[in-house]
Amino acid sequence: MNSFFERRYVIQTFFIVMALALLGRLYYIQMVDNQYSVSAKDNVVKKVIDFPSRGTILDRRGVILVQNEPIYDIMVVPREVKAFDTAKFCSLIGIDKEGFYKRWVKALAYSRSLPSPFEKQIPERLYASFQEHLFEFPGFTPLLRKVRTYPDSIAAQFLGYTDEVTDLDIKKSHGYYQKGDYIGRTGVERAYEDSLRGQRGIRNLLVDSRGVTKGHYLNGLYDTSAVPGKILQSSIDSRIQKLGERLMANKVGSIVAIEPSTGEILAFVSSPTYDPNLLTGRDRGNNVAQLSVNPYDPFFIRPIQARYPPGSSFKPLSALIALQEGMITPQTTYFCAGGYQAGNHFVACTHHHGVTDLRLGIAGSCNTYFCNVFDKLMNQNGAQNTRTNFIDWRQKVLKFGFGSKLDVDLPNEVRGNVPSAEFYDKIFNGTRWRSSTFISDAIGQGELLATPLQMANIECIIANHGYFYRPHLIKSIGGKDVIRQEYKIKNDVGIEQLYFEPVIDGMQEVVEHGTAAASQISGIVMCGKTGTVQRNNAKNHSVFVAFAPRVNPRIAIAVVVENSGQGADWAAPIASYIVEKYLRDTLTSRPSGKTPQWIMQQNLLPALKVLSPAAKAAMAKADSVKKIKANSVKSKKGLKSASRKGEKIPQQLTAIQPKRNEHL
Amino acid sequence: MNTYNQRSFFYNVDWITVFIYLALCTIGWFNIHSAVFDETHPGIFGMKTDYEKQFIWILTAIVLATIILLLDSRFFNALAPVFYGITIFLLVLVLAVGRNVGGNQAWISIGTFRLQPSEFAKYATCLLLARYLSGVNIKITEAKSFFIAAAIILVPMLLIKLQPDDGSTLVFCSLIFVLYREGLSPIFLILGAIFIVLFILSLVFKQIFVIGGVLVVAGIIIAIVRRHRRLAFTILAGMALSILFVVAVPFIYKHIIKEHQRVRIDEWLGLQSDLKKAGYNVHQSKIAIGSGKLWGKGYLKGTQTRFSFVPEQSTDFIFCTVGEEWGFAGSVVVVGLYIFLILRIIVLAERQRSPFSRIYGYGVACVIFFHFFINIGLTIGAVPVIGIPLPFISYGGSSLWSFTFLLFTLVKLDSNRMGVVSG
Repeated sequence: MNSFFERRYVIQTFFIVMALALLGRLYYIQMVDNQYSVSAKDNVVKKVIDFPSRGTILDRRGVILVQNEPIYDIMVVPREVKAFDTAKFCSLIGIDKEGFYKRWVKALAYSRSLPSPFEKQIPERLYASFQEHLFEFPGFTPLLRKVRTYPDSIAAQFLGYTDEVTDLDIKKSHGYYQKGDYIGRTGVERAYEDSLRGQRGIRNLLVDSRGVTKGHYLNGLYDTSAVPGKILQSSIDSRIQKLGERLMANKVGSIVAIEPSTGEILAFVSSPTYDPNLLTGRDRGNNVAQLSVNPYDPFFIRPIQARYPPGSSFKPLSALIALQEGMITPQTTYFCAGGYQAGNHFVACTHHHGVTDLRLGIAGSCNTYFCNVFDKLMNQNGAQNTRTNFIDWRQKVLKFGFGSKLDVDLPNEVRGNVPSAEFYDKIFNGTRWRSSTFISDAIGQGELLATPLQMANIECIIANHGYFYRPHLIKSIGGKDVIRQEYKIKNDVGIEQLYFEPVIDGMQEVVEHGTAAASQISGIVMCGKTGTVQRNNAKNHSVFVAFAPRVNPRIAIAVVVENSGQGADWAAPIASYIVEKYLRDTLTSRPSGKTPQWIMQQNLLPALKVLSPAAKAAMAKADSVKKIKANSVKSKKGLKSASRKGEKIPQQLTAIQPKRNEHL
Repeated sequence: MNTYNQRSFFYNVDWITVFIYLALCTIGWFNIHSAVFDETHPGIFGMKTDYEKQFIWILTAIVLATIILLLDSRFFNALAPVFYGITIFLLVLVLAVGRNVGGNQAWISIGTFRLQPSEFAKYATCLLLARYLSGVNIKITEAKSFFIAAAIILVPMLLIKLQPDDGSTLVFCSLIFVLYREGLSPIFLILGAIFIVLFILSLVFKQIFVIGGVLVVAGIIIAIVRRHRRLAFTILAGMALSILFVVAVPFIYKHIIKEHQRVRIDEWLGLQSDLKKAGYNVHQSKIAIGSGKLWGKGYLKGTQTRFSFVPEQSTDFIFCTVGEEWGFAGSVVVVGLYIFLILRIIVLAERQRSPFSRIYGYGVACVIFFHFFINIGLTIGAVPVIGIPLPFISYGGSSLWSFTFLLFTLVKLDSNRMGVVSG
């Protein structure tokens, strides 16, 4: 009956072998091969980054300069969208119908079931009206984000701007930044990026196969919370910053004010400027495009990047060195007959000062006096020692912070220039050059170049009687006084204290009876010096440097107004109003009769020639500062620096350029 | 002997089998619960979620099992042709009025109740096959008997193929072991195995190498058995047939096997891979099972299955939940339970005095084994994707009921093995 009985074993063996094969395979997948565990985690764990809010920046009195304002991205999940009134929707968020379909197609292409931004950066006032109707548009949700806003719209170049990170930034940061992050690009935003950006938080979320959140991975064991950026208190005084920017409206130039006792920068005006709010929000792309073709280049940070011959404002420094060297005493006199004959070269003076001592030399800005002093300085121990004397003189000038970066806490500062002995060796084919050939250095013309910041710093040195603190822009970070140690070091310039008084006497005289008498502030003793940078075939640059009050000085200032005229005409009144505003918080009238309102209304922008591309390129080179031919030995150097600046501009703009392309 | 029967309906019931059955149903329910668990709907009584429904299916299946145990054991033998007839009728009917679910015309809807005739076709076929083969003077070695037996298997098979439910169609192939046990020449099994191997080889390797391989292997065997003339000739013939088959494989593959099946086979053999499309299911399934490690992630803690990365997770891919949440340990338990059940069924079959019961028992073992092996195999990429449920564990009323019929009919027959020789 039960034949083939033994075949049961064949069948049983077959079943068992097959089952063992399954178990073998299971063993391999579950116990040996690790890739599936890794894939499983990749499948379900989605890292979500919580963005910290960027640190606020305050002025020295606690007024907010930059803060974060909520804006809204309208996110869309196409799958959840139901029929709605598109016309109403478009008008609510301010787009047209065509734009709507373009965005819709883009969102669909991204994902049907995942949210993607439909319209980015909707300002709060627009959002408020949209929010009331939000329920009519299922599938659309708001996403709160933060943008930088500038309540006073001031200090654009000082604050700098932020920008989305580029691939290069991401690479350089070794993985800190990710696509879509913002990074400080210029100014304080860049210099203090590490403090401002805060710390990102990461949430490890569990998601299902459609990307819908289901909870926290390991109950949030590996989650970190976001730490907001630190509050930065800057040294800027928003009152004088604002006033300065208004006074400089429609003018090219800079204002730098520093507190001598600390080196804290009180005002940092670069003109023309722009409203920093233009570089945030929806219209950023268009605004950047417009600003970057502005021929006056608002992105050029003039206080630390423009280089000017200091002109007569250099004279107090010249006098200090001569005093220290013992070449002159305050009583030393020279006779001014309207100029100084240096070899075959005549340096004109503005007046016939007659018998001129140090005080009058400074007060009257006498070229003859300072040429004589310089000549004496260069020829001490005989004319053959000129080169040695020059090197010695140069060392002393360098100590004042000329010719090198002051290492202010802003990126892209330039050095300025103090010509070296080697430079003259080259120009004169040998070492046998004489004082007469570079006499223009005596009066701050020639190859000497300084930034407005460096000029203001000289005033700090004079105000302090011989030392300065490195100028800086940040008082404290996160409520703690943690500025860099180097900003607390006294830098001695090697001039004895006693030599300062006579020079300061002269500077007080400048404002009281001298070249800047028309800008005297009643009740405040201001010590200053005008400067007029002469240029060939163009209007002069007006320069004024000063500090006030004479006793316990609280503010040192340098003002440069390009293409305007005499130092006394423009720079001096502007400086006087800034000083008065800072010291007294009011504005009174000046002997000159120039009111702040009148100054604000004046347009001193250099005329633009033809706006052909060639002319535009030339413009970059011809930027005012550069053509310093008057009294200069050779114009080569000046042109060289001009071309160097020409390089600087594109470099400035590269950071913004890609952005512009994206929006065009 | 009848007196025993009267003492208790449950007398002589093989409790081991019943226990394994209940264990698998329970494991199934818990895993379905985990696979489709919904925090917002935690209840287990209702008709909303799969686990609520499965709970009902299990309860009704137990009722059905009890009813089967209460029936007279002669009932099955006697009514086998009737069952078979009804099933064939339903299989024809389903082609006409059936509901199409997932590309298969496999369901008959009666109100909210849906019936899958192909599930019951297995049961009916096993019964009729057992009845026919246990008949007097039926010898499988004889051509007529063989063809009739083959026809009993092939008719429902072809009807199901028309749905087209490939998985269920292939299940009937497993019944070849029943025929083998009853005396079918092993040559059929060997040929079947050779064809499967050759088919795979010709897909993976170049045809010329496969043919060369066949020649070499056949040559060696012929050289060994050259003294047995007849055997040598048979092998020679087999070799010729094999080569012919190998040559035909590309044609079969391209024209007879359908596109979606071809893609699945390609994925399985690694000939092509698209983890986003055809390969997605198996890849995600392997991730789920592989990430379970030794002890698994724990009940209701499997991320892959719960967050619906694995499709069909309460039916065809239910084993993913086992692998992910209970790990290798759980997998071994489940595989162990199945193989123990199948071996137990063979023990039951072999202890029957009636050939009907024995043949039927083998049918049950083969069907369950095929489902078990293919289903678990596909979740770990060991076999191509063939959509068939895991017996007792996968979600689904038709499936659970038909397997309950299948198994408890055997238990009933076994409990009555000392009684009348039925058929």
